[in-house]
Amino acid sequence: MACMLEAPLRISVLSEVTATSRHYVDRLFDPDPQKVLQGVIDMKNAVIGNNKQKANLIVLGAVPRLLYLLQQPTSSLELRTECAVVLGSLAMGTENNIKSLVDCHIIPALLQGLLCQDLKFIEACLRCLRTVFISPVTPVQLLFTDPTVIPHLMSLLSRSQRTQEYITQIFSHCCKTPEHQMILYNHGAIQNIAPLLMSPSYKVQMQALKCFSVLAYENTQVSMTLVNVLVDGELLTQVFVKMMQRDRPIEMQLTAAKCLTYMCRAGAIRTDDTCIIMKTLPCLVRMCSKERLLEERVEGAETLAYLMEPDVELQRIASITDHLVAMLADYFKYPSSVSAIADIKRLDHDLKHAHELRQAAFKLYASLGANDEDIRKKITETENMMDRIVSGLSESSIKVRLAAVRCLHSLSRSVQQLRTSFHDHAVWKPLMKLLQNAPDEVLVMASSTLCNLLLEFSPSKEPILESGVVELLCSLTQSDSPALRVNGIWALMNMAFQADQKVKVEIVRALGTEQLFRLLSDPDANVLMKTLGLLRNLLSTRPHIDQIMSSHGKQIMQAVTLILEGEHGIEVKEQTLCILGNIADGHTAKELIMTNDDMLQKIKSYMGHSNVKLQLAATFCVSNLIWNEEDGEEDAATAHKGDDTGGNPVARGSQERQDKLREMGFVDILHKLTQASDPNLCDRAKTAMQQYLA
Amino acid sequence: MAELGAGSLQVGDPALNYQERELNERLKRLYPAVNEEETPLPRSWSPKDKYSYIGLSQNNLRVHYKGHGKNHKDAASVRATHPIPAACGIYYFEVKIVSKGRDGYMGIGLSAQGVNMNRLPGWDKHSYGYHGDDGHSFCSSGTGQPYGPTFTTGDVIGCCVNLINNTCFYTKNGHSLGVAFTDLPPNLYPTVGLQTPGEIVDANFGQQPFVFDIEDYMSEWRAKIHGMIARFPIGERLGEWQAVLQSMVSSYLVHHGYCATAMAFARATETKIQEDQSSIKNRQRIQKLVLAGRVGEAIDATQQLYPGLLEHNPNLLFMLKCRQFVEMVNGTDSEVRCFSTRSPKSQDSYPGSPSLSPRHGATNPHLHSTATDSPTCSNGVTSKNKSHSKYPGISSSSSSSPSSPSSIVYSESNSTDSTKSQPHSSASNQETSDSEMEIEAEHYTNGVADSSSARIMNGTYKHEEILQTDNHSLGNGLPADESDQPRQLCGGNQAATERMIQFGRELQALSEQLCREYGKNPTHKKMLQDAFSLLAYADPWNCPVGQQLDPMQRESVCSALNSAILGKGCECSGSLSHFFLSLSHARTHTNTQMELLQFIHQLTGLNNLPDFNYPFQSLIF
Repeated sequence: MACMLEAPLRISVLSEVTATSRHYVDRLFDPDPQKVLQGVIDMKNAVIGNNKQKANLIVLGAVPRLLYLLQQPTSSLELRTECAVVLGSLAMGTENNIKSLVDCHIIPALLQGLLCQDLKFIEACLRCLRTVFISPVTPVQLLFTDPTVIPHLMSLLSRSQRTQEYITQIFSHCCKTPEHQMILYNHGAIQNIAPLLMSPSYKVQMQALKCFSVLAYENTQVSMTLVNVLVDGELLTQVFVKMMQRDRPIEMQLTAAKCLTYMCRAGAIRTDDTCIIMKTLPCLVRMCSKERLLEERVEGAETLAYLMEPDVELQRIASITDHLVAMLADYFKYPSSVSAIADIKRLDHDLKHAHELRQAAFKLYASLGANDEDIRKKITETENMMDRIVSGLSESSIKVRLAAVRCLHSLSRSVQQLRTSFHDHAVWKPLMKLLQNAPDEVLVMASSTLCNLLLEFSPSKEPILESGVVELLCSLTQSDSPALRVNGIWALMNMAFQADQKVKVEIVRALGTEQLFRLLSDPDANVLMKTLGLLRNLLSTRPHIDQIMSSHGKQIMQAVTLILEGEHGIEVKEQTLCILGNIADGHTAKELIMTNDDMLQKIKSYMGHSNVKLQLAATFCVSNLIWNEEDGEEDAATAHKGDDTGGNPVARGSQERQDKLREMGFVDILHKLTQASDPNLCDRAKTAMQQYLA
Repeated sequence: MAELGAGSLQVGDPALNYQERELNERLKRLYPAVNEEETPLPRSWSPKDKYSYIGLSQNNLRVHYKGHGKNHKDAASVRATHPIPAACGIYYFEVKIVSKGRDGYMGIGLSAQGVNMNRLPGWDKHSYGYHGDDGHSFCSSGTGQPYGPTFTTGDVIGCCVNLINNTCFYTKNGHSLGVAFTDLPPNLYPTVGLQTPGEIVDANFGQQPFVFDIEDYMSEWRAKIHGMIARFPIGERLGEWQAVLQSMVSSYLVHHGYCATAMAFARATETKIQEDQSSIKNRQRIQKLVLAGRVGEAIDATQQLYPGLLEHNPNLLFMLKCRQFVEMVNGTDSEVRCFSTRSPKSQDSYPGSPSLSPRHGATNPHLHSTATDSPTCSNGVTSKNKSHSKYPGISSSSSSSPSSPSSIVYSESNSTDSTKSQPHSSASNQETSDSEMEIEAEHYTNGVADSSSARIMNGTYKHEEILQTDNHSLGNGLPADESDQPRQLCGGNQAATERMIQFGRELQALSEQLCREYGKNPTHKKMLQDAFSLLAYADPWNCPVGQQLDPMQRESVCSALNSAILGKGCECSGSLSHFFLSLSHARTHTNTQMELLQFIHQLTGLNNLPDFNYPFQSLIF
């Protein structure tokens, strides 16, 4: 199939094919094996460093013939080796070359070749395999299709420094998933590769080190094993620490720091271990310095961000180390204005890394400011920081947008920043823009940030409300991703907190009761909690309670019943009882409970629940039901302005309700609760009892 | 406290010995290049070099505050027993905050000898500190800069001085806080200052293992310097180092026009000088003219000797012409000099030193020169003695011989002013002196030349006139500037002033022409503006732009012209010799340089570096 696709390409290249290229290929078919060998050697010399020649030979079909010669048992070892060398050379060319080689099934052929005993031939095959596998166009899965390959490669590790270098390099490039990690782990990768860290060859050391970093990444089992490995009587972690010494090559320091970072994040090393606090963290901070190459600075910042993400102490230490916060500001200065004019090559280099640098810096800022208010302040006070985030939110690179919104999210946990810099820079505008048609990962971050911006004390809440965000949030609640559903409903909940009637009505209208009730049966407990929270916020002041309950009372009562009867955690039930309590506070709404004996029975049983929180919530509800209306009458009067239906249900008043509840045995329970050991519960029960006395 | 310290001294004798041994071992390991017989390392606080509000105990390692601590006037500091030897390369000490006392106003840092001890480190000139109450760094100033976190009881603060790049950073509990100071002067002492009652800190000069991994930091610098040296391959031949150093010395001498010295050096080392001797002399002559303020003549000479040079360097030409204008204001340029009624000799205001010294840190020439004078003078009290500035007074022709030799003297004397150099110049009446390049008596109408001595110290030169005028007796170090009559515009001559104004118009025209041809040039505009501004003041020498008239300003012009003639930019090429030159220029004190070289020697382990056993040292350093 691949050949078919490449047909037009072939024609164009063919026209350029010279007679000499054809001559090289023709010689591979010579009946005299000696002449074939000479032909292969000549071909080897012809293709070195000559990409055009390589393409020509591939187009002319040299690869299948070389592979045939390589696999032929009748070929001399010398010929087979030379074939592998030429194929390795062809692989060094362009990505298209690699594709053609892979399409010709070079990988199984070379892997087969590894079964040969001859070291030189094996090395040639491995070299070629290495070149093919490290290319991004090669599917890594090809290494794992034959289960005998990995154990065989492990056994070849002892053959020579070259086999060590090539095999470890193949491993570190092909180990991309947890399954790959486990395959390598189960075949003794750790025991086999650990001694190579002491290799006299720097290349072998480095490739072995890289192997450990990919093996340990997010893998607890591997990481836990690694901490106990001894190399030459020394713990592996100590070997890594030595590799981070400041006189070691930067690449080695950085990769060793990555290994320790991954082991730490996988839970194998504590975050307060000296090797993390005193060695890995400062090493990674150094990698962010201006003296390092742009690539190293990106990798250093990303690794450091990952290392300290969950640990506030590491964040605090990093924030004071070597002026890191200020150092990161430099990441935004590429391409620098000087490079633009002075040096095209440099400009090109800068441009290539500019996005990477920015996203790395945003990530690191996000990590730094994740928990500590002082650090957040320090970050927002960095030169032009908020402007940079704002422009980062609308950059073309998705990676930068994502990192920028992560950073914003991290900073949005600060009440002070929400009140000041966030409002001053109107960050909600680009954020709202970002929410339109963004991929899920960006949406999750952006909506989380939005949740914080919608908090009651955030001055951005008003403009966001006016920008018509409700529809968008409602659509998030219908997402397949639980994280997005949570964020959508969470934002709505924040929005409804102490909101105007208008806003509440708008939320209920846009969300629709159907969706609301669907969310109440959401499999995700978080979604359920936030939906209940939304309900509770919707049902807050008396007029609102009555209005919503008059239109949706039946469904809400059903949902509440359902949840109270269902298998839910304490928190969910507590929240539900609080909603009931709010309903009980309404004028007309309380009748919905009073007329529902089943519900009253439920409340009664919760008053005697073993959990104090549930008892408190249930008592609160009862207290509202029996409340004397003297002070409430005026409210009721205003609330019912224009209500000309006459027969005021409230007027029948508290007395009736009190009587009914007494009949049902609530007073006895309240009485009991006044003796409760929990002072809050005791107080609340006493307050409720006073209503009877009054 | 003191008793307590004494007590522990008796009880803990074996322990003390052990600690002493450990200290010795650690110091030897950290600073292997330091020869403690010459430059002892700081090992404790000095009981003599402290303010009275400071109490010392525990072998002079513990510092406590015993003043009133009412306000900043009650601040008190203590210095270590010795300054940090340059041969350390990288020096480090730590201070543990035992108690923050009442307010925790503690400063940890460095200061030069002689800095007021009634202050916290950092507040005064040549004093640097990091303060615990606000986390600010104080760089010779009463106002701090936000630097790091605050520190308090239980924290260990480290201070690292990098003598290779003259920076300093602090650490807190083993975490590096980043660079705090740059461009540090040499010979600083570890210093702490306290300000409120109850403040107690303990020093660790190596008695204990450090919290911060300083050896790791040192290893990075060792690797860095290794790498730097490795970038300059030395080839197979063993004699290569010698050749590199010789060519370094030779090219330095040639570049700056020390013709005779260069020749002598070439003879001694049996090497060749690339440039023709006459060419060196030509350059020298031109340089001399510029340095004497006779820029017009310098331009003429350049055009005559190097035709086309200035035509191809319009920027340089413009710079020269601007300078010429300034010199006309000064009354020194020949275009106005010919009108002058005063003796030309008296106009020759610039010391006759033929050469231009490489001015490192030229922003503060005075500090620079005082620092070179002697160790005793580098105590941070800047000498106001402008011994190298001009002597406009009329000298008696008999007081100095026309062939007064200028010698190149390596001096370690404690002399702090120019008069002390007199014995040198008279004592060095040698055949091998550079006198021939100093004196061009024929230029002077009265046949009496102003002579001078170029005293070479530590890679910088001090320009001095050895004119013994009647009113300046020996030992009188008063700046000559402050003497006699006020200076006048263009020497006070009407015709000269007219000529100057005409020249100004020409200059303006040249500027416009350049602007048309090459586009706007803000540097030119600034130069022109500055030069013309001189005329706006009644006394140009004492006006905001008057600094232009300082003969010192001729040097940059001179250097630019010299480099242009040599066909190279001002920046040296990346040669090994440049590396060493830059290193040696990094410091101004001879000892410092030699120590630093020792340090590098140690660092690199390059045993095939030559010993500095031929006239090398006395020539350059």
